Amino acid sequence: MVAFTLPQNSKIDAGKTWPAPHKGDLKEFRIYRWSPDDHRNPRIDTYQVDLKSCGPMVLDALIKIKNEQDATLTFRRSCREGICGSCAMNIDGTNTLACLKAIEDVRGPVKIYPLPHMPVVKDLVPDMTHFYAQHRSIEPWLKTTTPTPQAEWKQSRPDRAKLDGLYECILCACCSTSCPSYWWNGDRYLGPAILLQAYRWLIDSRDEATGERLDNLEDPFRLYRCHTIMNCAKACPKHLNPAKAIAEIKKMMVERRL
Amino acid sequence: MKTPLGTVFGLGSARTGTEHWWLQRVTAIANIPLVLFLIAFILWHLGADRATLMASVKHPLIAIALALSFLSILWHMRLGMQVVIEDYVHGRWRIVCLLVNAFFTIALGVAALYAILSLSFGA
Repeated sequence: MVAFTLPQNSKIDAGKTWPAPHKGDLKEFRIYRWSPDDHRNPRIDTYQVDLKSCGPMVLDALIKIKNEQDATLTFRRSCREGICGSCAMNIDGTNTLACLKAIEDVRGPVKIYPLPHMPVVKDLVPDMTHFYAQHRSIEPWLKTTTPTPQAEWKQSRPDRAKLDGLYECILCACCSTSCPSYWWNGDRYLGPAILLQAYRWLIDSRDEATGERLDNLEDPFRLYRCHTIMNCAKACPKHLNPAKAIAEIKKMMVERRL
Repeated sequence: MKTPLGTVFGLGSARTGTEHWWLQRVTAIANIPLVLFLIAFILWHLGADRATLMASVKHPLIAIALALSFLSILWHMRLGMQVVIEDYVHGRWRIVCLLVNAFFTIALGVAALYAILSLSFGA
């Protein structure tokens, strides 16, 4: 749904400024805080982090804050090396993974918000239920009619190469939540991440459900809300290009009717 | 109370949209020569009186090119505006806007064709 101002319960109030623990090479972090339990609007808390005793990435600073200053700060993280996609958040105005974003790349205070236009569970944790359901809806697995062979499904090297630039997607949702079309019509538009995943199965040489997959995508909202805005390709922390994958799906749609 | 997956499946795929997307590209390509023609036609008749204009439009190729220009541009306009409406207008207003969009472009197109015909065949 289009929104040019935040709803009343999402307007951000001034938050708490936490005392700097000690002197050092201090960097300011301004972090979005919201809890479902205290019945207050979201607010921005300010922390000071000593960079001399902190790892290089924004995630290192978040963990340091949680360990040493404010144990209530809530965020998702797991692998800390850009392969799990858990720590996706909006840092310095861009959706990215906190574990891949260097603190020194941010000039001035580091501003951290949850992924845009998603329901918030707490602080930097967005509710991904709808996103995951959308991923489930494109049936992200091999679909075949031919009986399963005794050994593996064979794939030529050139066919395997077609999956490069697609299989690397970790479903962090940085792209989808940077897309204005997904903000305004995310209830029906599948968004760049899910469409890239859909394309990954459409061009898999072993898959036999290509036509059925295209049928299910052919929809003014599921697919055609993409207007090649390209925020997805700009945001992707894995340097993939979801917009190109969507363009390829659109080409397949035309190809099968011309 | 629907499950998250039930919400995503919704009413299912409309099995349409490609026609709209394709026609937007077709009319865009057609618009390149047609708009160039239109600009040339307007510059050529800057300050011309009605008699000169009517003499030009009486030529069948010019009348046809003018008619094609209006049809292609208006068609493209309707398709483009429809996308904007679907993007930004939600709820029942979406249908109202889509109707207004359709009626406006069709009325404009018929009026343009009538004007070209009356210039082309009128005395």
